Amino acid sequence: MILVRKIFGKISLKLIGVVSATAIIIIGVYSYFNVTSQSDVLLAEVERHANQLSESVKNSTRYVMLLNQRDHIQEMINRIGKDPAIDNVRILNKEGEIIYSAHPEDIGKMLDKQAESCYACHAENKALEKLPIQQRTRIFKTHSDSSRILGIINPIYNEKSCSQADCHAHYANAKVLGVLDITISLSEVDEQIHQNEIREILFAVIAITAIGFIIGFFVKRWVDHPVRELVSATDQVAAGNLNYIIKNLSSDELGTLGKSFNNMIKKLDETSQQLYQSTKMASLGQLAAGVAHEINNPLTGVLTYSSFLLKRTKDNPQMQEDLNVIVRETMRSREIVKGLLDFARQSTPKKSSIDVNNIINHAIAVVNNQLKLNKVNLVREFDPSLPKITADANQIQQVFLNLFVNSIDAIGQNGGSLIIKTSQISLSPRGITQIKNSVCSKAHSLMDSEHKIGGMTSLRMKIKSTDNEGYVNIDPVYGNHRHYFGIAFDKNNNVNIACPVCDISLIDKNSKCHECGGPVYKIQIPNQGFIEGCASFKDDWQKWDFVDRAGERKFVEINVTDTGCGISPENLNKIFEPFFSTKGQRGTGLGLSVIWGIIDNHNGSITVESKVSAGTTFSIRLPQNDLLRSI
Amino acid sequence: MKEEVKILIIDDEEVVINSISKIATLEGYSVDSVLDAFSALQKIFSSKYDLIICDIMLPGMDGFQFLAELESKRIETPVVMTTGYSTIENAVKSLYNGAIEFIPKPFTVDEMISVISRGLRYNSIMKLKKSNDDSILIVPCPAKYYRLGYSGWINKEHDGSVLIGATDSFIKTIDLIKKIELLSVNEKLTQATPAVKFETVDGLVHQLYSVISGIILACNDRLMDEPELLEKDPYFDGWIYRLVPTELDYEMKLLIPCSSDRS
Repeated sequence: MILVRKIFGKISLKLIGVVSATAIIIIGVYSYFNVTSQSDVLLAEVERHANQLSESVKNSTRYVMLLNQRDHIQEMINRIGKDPAIDNVRILNKEGEIIYSAHPEDIGKMLDKQAESCYACHAENKALEKLPIQQRTRIFKTHSDSSRILGIINPIYNEKSCSQADCHAHYANAKVLGVLDITISLSEVDEQIHQNEIREILFAVIAITAIGFIIGFFVKRWVDHPVRELVSATDQVAAGNLNYIIKNLSSDELGTLGKSFNNMIKKLDETSQQLYQSTKMASLGQLAAGVAHEINNPLTGVLTYSSFLLKRTKDNPQMQEDLNVIVRETMRSREIVKGLLDFARQSTPKKSSIDVNNIINHAIAVVNNQLKLNKVNLVREFDPSLPKITADANQIQQVFLNLFVNSIDAIGQNGGSLIIKTSQISLSPRGITQIKNSVCSKAHSLMDSEHKIGGMTSLRMKIKSTDNEGYVNIDPVYGNHRHYFGIAFDKNNNVNIACPVCDISLIDKNSKCHECGGPVYKIQIPNQGFIEGCASFKDDWQKWDFVDRAGERKFVEINVTDTGCGISPENLNKIFEPFFSTKGQRGTGLGLSVIWGIIDNHNGSITVESKVSAGTTFSIRLPQNDLLRSI
Repeated sequence: MKEEVKILIIDDEEVVINSISKIATLEGYSVDSVLDAFSALQKIFSSKYDLIICDIMLPGMDGFQFLAELESKRIETPVVMTTGYSTIENAVKSLYNGAIEFIPKPFTVDEMISVISRGLRYNSIMKLKKSNDDSILIVPCPAKYYRLGYSGWINKEHDGSVLIGATDSFIKTIDLIKKIELLSVNEKLTQATPAVKFETVDGLVHQLYSVISGIILACNDRLMDEPELLEKDPYFDGWIYRLVPTELDYEMKLLIPCSSDRS
């Protein structure tokens, strides 16, 4: 029972069942009518033949009858009756006596008026004299297992010549003198009908089976496989594998389901990652609270007493210097603990005017011992005229500390070099300024965090061309054009670009592309004006006035190069992700993502270049004038 | 010989008590200390203190419960809260619950001296106010303003921005202002974190906490040239920052409406 339910519970079998049943009904009815109409046609044909034959016999015997040459008649009937298709030929007189018959033994027998040959006319008490051909034929079986026989009676009407013949006189008032009864075996016809039936049934069976198989095949292909994929994906997800993606998605509803399933899993993955991170953060927060409380009390002592010592040793410059280090580093510890506490609450950088060279020197001082232990040759290539920048000294120092520790780890025990270079650079805003937020005129965000270009959240817009409609993802870096077109898009002027949420057009009708004269999209960047660009994408024209007006941007660039083990290409774009670590138990995986966060908070950028077993260079750019802060 | 000033320190950590005692005694104040809030209450009943410095995380009764206890017993000795768990919540909560100052651990000597100095001045103003009821010693802030503790005020402007300033009581608790250090436009302020630095003629540096969080739209540059504006007109011409508030609704809950000051 369960098995049956299991088998017939399957959607494919249900479908096959329903379709087959429909096919059986339709083909069955069709075949039935087909066979019936065919047999009707065949029988009608036979009937016509029989009638013709009957007429022929009647006509050809007429003359002999008039002459009353009975032997002759019998002879003719015998001869006709020899035809294998003809079962019997007989002539009955009015009283029902068989006068001539192809079976001579029947001659002289009387037939009852109820006999099948007579019944048609004698059904009612008064005999009918004329009957249409259909009623004159009858189909019957002599035995239940013999073949069918078609009988046709042909009344022989009284004629003048009959009643006036010399031989014997029929009464002139008699209308029917007798009946010519021919019976024809229908075995051949029946055989044909039977064959027809078999053919039809065969056809029906083949057709139904074929339909079943075809439906089954396609259901398996279109429904079963995708459903099985979905089920196994669900199982995988239930088992905790949130990286599972359904591949080979079709373009039908199940494909859409699969897509939305993939999407859901992606979201689930992100959420669980976030959840994981937030639990991690929460426990880190608790830890931080405990640590903060425990450390801040002793730090209070250190800070107070060292400050006092500082006051009491005004005459001892050597001691003052050392004590200053204690006070300074205790203050730094205070900031670190505060950083721990603020960790969960996204501490805002406490910006002041800082000298990057100085900060780097402080950071080096912290790792100096380690550098010596690992035989790392430190090279400082500082630009002495480096301008001060506005930044959080503590956070920036943490950035360098982290980078140096990473470098020392990468160099390992066998020694190497750590080259730290600082310089000033000016860059055009193009190619470096990232669009971090953008909205349509109804304030719907256009940012699409699902599609990243160069690792950055891109801008998603609806694009409508001549006969095509889809989405385009625009490179978020001003002046870069690594756009992604979701549709085949021939670059032409007949194009509309719209907000994917509300469909409001983003085309600026009052503006023309400065290069090709085509349409222009204009997108609002909150607090930072508008960005315009060629909407036909025939050329790369793009204009962001707000950024251009600020002119070339000046940066302080810091390159930290080590001759360590390097980072493999597949890890290279993951290193800034939170909790990515190659250090196993030793690393928390927070370092570089925190660095990234700090640099991003300072509106700077951090990039990495690396070659396995040759070394790694981290390049940090921090803006000199902080005009383009993002709010 | 001036009247002896007595400070009570409540902290469960010996080293903190010693540190604060050292600072206070060097400044010429006499110090008493206890390790928990219950003994503190007993001490307060037996002798009079000019200032109480209290840790938040204490065994048995914590700092907030202690504040509530003082209020219910109508003890008006000003309390400075301090804690190693120096979060913004703790700071705001302390100020909301009646502490006059919040100083996170670890503090520098100068920070502690400034806080003690403000606390003591506050105490003497309150005492004076009690003794001659009719004179106005402190200009109260306008009724529609809100304040964080006793020191900073905000006023919501019609355009949605918020003005931040220092209350008259804060200005009265510090010496004559020598120099004001302001943050610059576009910088972010966080509630209950230092927003303004005042250098006074007595050599102390006083930090005014931001009343709410927000982004600075404008600074009152007039203050740089005439810091006396703060004293003359602390609630109007003496405003300090104009802010775009970022979490006004949330933060307002922990502010005290100035209308409650007039009874």
